[in-house]
Amino acid sequence: MDTVGPAKTDLALTGEGADKTQALTYPRIDCRNVSVYYDDKQAVFDVSLAIHDRAVTALIGPSGCGKSTFLRCLNRMNDTIEGAKVTGDIFMEGENINSPDVDPVLLRSRVGMVFQKPNPFPKSIYDNIAYGPRIHGMVDSREDLDAVVEKSLRRAGLWEEVKDRLTQPGTSLSGGQQQRLCIARAIAVRPEVILMDEPCSALDPIATARIEELIDELRKRYCIVIVTHSMQQAARVSQRTAFFHLGNLVEMGDTDQIFTNPRERRTEDYITGRFG
Amino acid sequence: MNKMSDSSLITPKALKHLKKRRAADARFRLYGIAAIVFALSALTLLVIAIGTRAYSATTQYVLQTEIMLDADLVAPEGETSEAEITRNIEGFYTLVRDKLFSEFPESTQTQASRQELSELVNRLAVLPLAKRVATNPTLIGKTIQVRVPLSDDLDLYLKGGSPKDVTVRIGSAGKIETDAEGKARLSSTSGLSKVTSTRSLLEEGKATGSVLLAGGETVARIDSLSPDAAELTLLTGTFEQLANEPLVAHIIPLPEAERPISDQQIAWAIALKQAGNARRVLHTSLVTHTDSTYPELAGTLAAIVGSLLTMMVTACVAIPMGIFAAVYLEEFAPRNRLTNLIEVNINNLAAVPSIVFGLLGASLLLGTFGLPRSAPIVGGLVLALLILPVVIIASRASLRSVPPSIRSGALAVGASRMQAVFHHVLPLAAPGMFTGAILGMARALGETAPLLLIGMVAFVAEVPKSATDEATALPVLIYSWASNAERAWEPMTAAAIVILLSLLVIMNVVVVFLRRRFERRW
Amino acid sequence: MSEHIVSAFTDELEKIAADLMRMGGIVETMILDSCAAVDRNNHDMARDVITRDPEVDRLEEEVERQIVSLIARRQPMAHDLRSVFSALKTAGELERIGDLSKNIGKRTLMLDESVPVAMRHGVARMARPVSLQLHMVLDAYATGNAESAKTVWESDDDIDQHYNSLFREMLTYMIEDPRTIGAGAHMLFMAKNLERIGDHCTNIAEFIYFQITGEYLIPHERPKTPNTGI
Repeated sequence: MDTVGPAKTDLALTGEGADKTQALTYPRIDCRNVSVYYDDKQAVFDVSLAIHDRAVTALIGPSGCGKSTFLRCLNRMNDTIEGAKVTGDIFMEGENINSPDVDPVLLRSRVGMVFQKPNPFPKSIYDNIAYGPRIHGMVDSREDLDAVVEKSLRRAGLWEEVKDRLTQPGTSLSGGQQQRLCIARAIAVRPEVILMDEPCSALDPIATARIEELIDELRKRYCIVIVTHSMQQAARVSQRTAFFHLGNLVEMGDTDQIFTNPRERRTEDYITGRFG
Repeated sequence: MNKMSDSSLITPKALKHLKKRRAADARFRLYGIAAIVFALSALTLLVIAIGTRAYSATTQYVLQTEIMLDADLVAPEGETSEAEITRNIEGFYTLVRDKLFSEFPESTQTQASRQELSELVNRLAVLPLAKRVATNPTLIGKTIQVRVPLSDDLDLYLKGGSPKDVTVRIGSAGKIETDAEGKARLSSTSGLSKVTSTRSLLEEGKATGSVLLAGGETVARIDSLSPDAAELTLLTGTFEQLANEPLVAHIIPLPEAERPISDQQIAWAIALKQAGNARRVLHTSLVTHTDSTYPELAGTLAAIVGSLLTMMVTACVAIPMGIFAAVYLEEFAPRNRLTNLIEVNINNLAAVPSIVFGLLGASLLLGTFGLPRSAPIVGGLVLALLILPVVIIASRASLRSVPPSIRSGALAVGASRMQAVFHHVLPLAAPGMFTGAILGMARALGETAPLLLIGMVAFVAEVPKSATDEATALPVLIYSWASNAERAWEPMTAAAIVILLSLLVIMNVVVVFLRRRFERRW
Repeated sequence: MSEHIVSAFTDELEKIAADLMRMGGIVETMILDSCAAVDRNNHDMARDVITRDPEVDRLEEEVERQIVSLIARRQPMAHDLRSVFSALKTAGELERIGDLSKNIGKRTLMLDESVPVAMRHGVARMARPVSLQLHMVLDAYATGNAESAKTVWESDDDIDQHYNSLFREMLTYMIEDPRTIGAGAHMLFMAKNLERIGDHCTNIAEFIYFQITGEYLIPHERPKTPNTGI
């Protein structure tokens, strides 16, 4: 477990198996004054926050507080929604991804997304994983593709279970396996950031636990942002937590601090279940 | 306070409610079953009605005989080319007619009787024979077996339709006394009384019909009839044969003057049938011949080919356009008032009567663009416009049924909008689009009104070879045959309807098969 | 603090707080009564104090059980987590205070009239500031007042001072009159017990401060009065 003091902005990596490469010392994603409008209704109000690399950042808050909307800004999925408008700057690696010069298609290969309800393509397991690398021209030969598929499935903890049935449809797996397949699919295009929108809400507790274990493994390599309704999950899985309420960012800090001694009254009330 | 503790679930009131509800359920189920039964019986009735009418058209009577292909008649000027031999219908006809004359020498006595015998076989009926010899000129000079369709009236009579003919078996003849003028007298046998009573029953006492007496290949007309004697006039054959063969009386209630075939012709027909020269064979010419003014020679070939060519044009135009329009409207077009207007208009177009499209085709395609009249290309375009809304609507519905999570998943992996649609959404929507397309095609196959208006009504004797040739379509052919007066056209029309329905069934079976094959579950 | 949406959660927290207050009440009287018993050589009173201890033990066990169950079922967060945590530790401290008071009572039973009154007064005098500490800390708990908890925490030194002077006083008595050495030893132990009680009150103050503010009172930052030696 990471040890965090209240003022630290970076995380020490300890323990076995930790990625020995240095965590980046600047935030991987830096959001400044981000607002989102649906037609004329504003859903996210002027949110500024930083998301750290090699860490899990959890976005929590009651229903309709704008956390999923904000999450979708990070890979510009809001572009696909009619009438949605995003203002503000989102810097990734120094580039503002909100600018019209940035190709959202390319962005989405670097910022992957996993959805609430597992949505594997109705193709074979192999094709599910292989689709992304194929369309981005990441592999030249069949052997390379096989290697990518195997690596992604291993990283998602699914390889042992499906290595003998790669040609079966992705939809023939159980719910938890499907979600891991979706995670493997997201990993296959070698993203830097993985966004997860309530990835466990459709799963049973054991499948949920496995996904959380997977997230713990993945954070050594990727920057992960997870939206969750379950505060316990946010507490278990994340190192940084941001609390949203009615489209505003109320408080953001290290997870330990947010859950033992939050600064804002609203955060306290939400976390202790004093309002929904 | 606790309801469960002081009242049970089974009270008289509760029982009454339960009974009522069960009765309502049973009633509803009954309505459902009644509706299904009604629909099914209507369908069955339709099938049976058409089937029974078409049945008689599945076979036809042909004259089967051997003919020596006399070179003088077939190729009098030594022609050897295919076209020239085929044109020489007169020669072939003379061969067939001469053969008939030789079969029935009594016909050659008067001009009228010669005419009567000639009417048994239509002049144009020898055309297939001519074509056969023309493609194989080495047959000239040889004796070959030919089959030539008998005239439609004869065909109808022999099948037992009209005129009505009731047969009564008499058994062996009694005494037959001949006299000098070719008449004879049949003395009493018990059978004659049966004939008399049957005849009076059929003709209601009036002796206006004819009674013929047949024995072997001999047929005589009964001029006067009494229970113990009959006066006979020989129509064909010999009285000797009549005396020796078991006799069959043919009672024909309809008077000769009101019939299309005379007693003499009937007699020849009976004789031919007895001799085995009039055979009932499969009516293959129904699908191998083109249209003709004579029912026994008419076929649907040109119409089938015309329909298929038209369908091809329709498919090539309507299906790609419809699918692309649906994909654009559903996946790429912005949602604003303009697109809403377009959607409303498409829905309305689907309900426009088909004849309006015919008018459009006539004025625009034929008039302004000057495309050839009665060509499959015009028919195809008109029908394509007709079914385009249907294809678009069905395609859009099946695109909409693809869950948005598939699109999200594809986009999230970094696919562009186009890639997401073409790699993921379209394959999933394909079965539904297939169905919509084929349903549209099936509708187009059966449309008559627009085709009539663009002039696909011409009597087309040649099989069309391309989309710009003159052609007709099956529904139009059915319409045209149904309008003909002669009775022989009725079974032909019904048979054509059966052919059209079979094509539709085949199309539907193909759809179901393809849909099953390509359907994917998500 | 507003109510939890699930009101049973609030009820359970309140019950734990009430039990703690009851413990605190019993224990406070135990301190005063045991020292009064020493002062007046009242053996009946001493025995009475001893009988009150099992109730304190029972309450501590009860509070512990409730807290374990609450953590398992409610997964308390933030303030609730801190209050539950400090309630658990406070119960332990109160139970120790009860035991120490009981021991004072037990020792009283071993003394007789021959013990000089001045010695008895000496010990009894320490009861007041100590029980005041406990009283204040319990008040701070009841009112949620972090500042008064901090004040208690800071006053630990005064108790220590008191103990030191009492220690010297007892020594003086024992040097003067060796016959009082036996009694004096008992007095010393009793004084030590009172000093320990003071420390426990300080601990409780730390827990209360953490519960209310979420911050730890760091010992070396505590203001100290200069050490007088010994």
